Amino acid sequence: MDQFLQHGLNALMLGGTYALLGIGLTLIFGIMRVVNFTHGELYAFGAYMMYMLVMLAGANFFLSLALAVVLGVALGASLEFTLLRKLRGADIDTTMLVMIGAWIALQNAEQLAWTGVAKSIDSPFPAAPLVIGPVSVLWNRVFVFVVALALIAATYALIHHTRLGKAMRATFQDRDTAALMGIQIGTIHTATFALGSGLAAAAGALLGPVFVAYPTMGDLAALKAFAIVILGGLGNIAGATAGGFILALAEELGAGYISSGYRDAMGFVLIILILAFRPTGLFAQKERIG
Amino acid sequence: MKRKAWTFLGATIVCAALFAPPAAAQEVIRIGVTQPLTGAFAASGNYVVQGAKIAEDHINAAGGVLGRKIQLIIEDNKSNPTEAAATAEKLIAKDKVPVMMGAWSSTLTLAVMPKLMEYGVPMLVETSSSGKITTSGNPWIFRISPTSEMEAKAFTPMTKSLGIKKADFLSTNNDFGLGAAKEFSEMLKSQGIQVGVMETMDPKATDFSAQIAKIKASGGDTLFVTTAVEQITLVLKQSKEQQLKARIITTGGSNSPDQLIQQAGDAANGSMHLVFFTPWFPEAVKNADLAKKFVAEWNARKHHVGGLTEGFRGWDGIMTIAEAIKAAGKAEPAAIQKALWNVKVKGINGDIAFIKQGPAGKESAQNIPRVYVVRIAGGKVVRN
Repeated sequence: MDQFLQHGLNALMLGGTYALLGIGLTLIFGIMRVVNFTHGELYAFGAYMMYMLVMLAGANFFLSLALAVVLGVALGASLEFTLLRKLRGADIDTTMLVMIGAWIALQNAEQLAWTGVAKSIDSPFPAAPLVIGPVSVLWNRVFVFVVALALIAATYALIHHTRLGKAMRATFQDRDTAALMGIQIGTIHTATFALGSGLAAAAGALLGPVFVAYPTMGDLAALKAFAIVILGGLGNIAGATAGGFILALAEELGAGYISSGYRDAMGFVLIILILAFRPTGLFAQKERIG
Repeated sequence: MKRKAWTFLGATIVCAALFAPPAAAQEVIRIGVTQPLTGAFAASGNYVVQGAKIAEDHINAAGGVLGRKIQLIIEDNKSNPTEAAATAEKLIAKDKVPVMMGAWSSTLTLAVMPKLMEYGVPMLVETSSSGKITTSGNPWIFRISPTSEMEAKAFTPMTKSLGIKKADFLSTNNDFGLGAAKEFSEMLKSQGIQVGVMETMDPKATDFSAQIAKIKASGGDTLFVTTAVEQITLVLKQSKEQQLKARIITTGGSNSPDQLIQQAGDAANGSMHLVFFTPWFPEAVKNADLAKKFVAEWNARKHHVGGLTEGFRGWDGIMTIAEAIKAAGKAEPAAIQKALWNVKVKGINGDIAFIKQGPAGKESAQNIPRVYVVRIAGGKVVRN
């Protein structure tokens, strides 16, 4: 029973970060129809910015967190501006190839800048875990969980309850009509990509201090994010959030009670099963955006 | 424009012909090196290369081998088995190296091995520990690092002194991790020690909360962990998070205790590590003078202090290869292979010499290295 409770708590903590990774990707993948292979690199970028600000510059932890996200947004915006803007209207294969190239280039740039040695980032939270009866969790993870939920809620509100969100949804529903209504299409594309990138950087900046920062850290994170997006239905923020928690629970219980060798396979087995019965994902009603 | 290009080309050829040294006398001896310089094992692979370069400079400063300078041709296998095989192909077919060193991880080394058979070129294996490497019948393999079986055997007396009653395992899910878990669990069982759960983790994973919860529930007094330093750091931190009481012992020698102290902090205290070089007390190794000199040179070059436990492998490997070329009298694959069988080299780990392993008639060569156990206490590495 103790083990089960610990698995449950672990799944909850992990689910929050998976959801955060998932919603950033679902915005870009689902709404812009761009298969964003750089998502994992933005995640690593966020972690390295934390390392640079906290460990090298000695800045305040929480200020660094905010700055890392801002820098992630800026990197996302410049990627969209320099690479994707020229490819608008190009077929999906071309865009995908360019994004794969950007992924490789970014990962190697990280390696060049920071070397392959993993970097650890100090956090202001107590090293002793929070103990609740038979289970325990790091204070830092509780913080990550809370911030992740807040960011997810803020993103949901942005997409559904602001003019910018409405403009985003309109643009990707019907670009020509949106343009005729006076929406600046170029700005919306950049804003969406920057927002998704910022969320990935936020996940990295939050998790960097929990784990360590290293150049290939984004690979597995991106893979999970893709899984979550497919699970939740493309472009569906609530779906991606639920998908994140479902994947975390499947991994925890699968590893705990079946076999840890298949821990990372559990989630994908689940996806195959769900897609076999609901080809558009668990939560997608129709081809719908938002 | 076209004429200009031709003039330029002509001038270049003339210059090259005038200034090129006579080929035969000055030609360098090339040694191929394939290491993971990018990807998951990048940190370790770069350390091995740094150690190898110290050996290269040392040999060349002393006049080289057979009156010729040596030159390392270093290829990045990107921590990827497919790339590892490709680098071997490139080094052998294009660079015409007569001997190689590589490929760090067991999985990478196993991927390179068929190429050695195909082209008939010997490779010195400086790191990998999977038993399969020297038992699969590849006569071009010369391994200086210990097998997991050797590590387990060296550790046997300590099971009593540590009073181990029940042990659990957490291993990276590849040839290295699974091989070590198999050898160590068999050794423990032969000592009448109970083996609890045997958990694995993806080599790229960072969250092991599920595995640790399961290990905690199993309730062993000792947890054997086999993976590279990055994952060990996280295992230590996350074990502390879940208040795992078991003593953690890491195997495989790619555990860089300095880096663990730096990055896992308090969580590293109390953990024990099997290592093949003890730079903290170089006087403890067999060839202490050599070890001290190497540590001094490493520090003079401002390499990362946590890399010494990997870097020494590069030195030992290249020195062994150089010795074999000297003994062979010529830089040709078959001659070097033959000579390697008889080399006796004073290495940093200890004295290097090869015994036969694997099926008769196509044996691989295996060195019997020394294995040391160190402990982290109060943020310092101490002798056990």
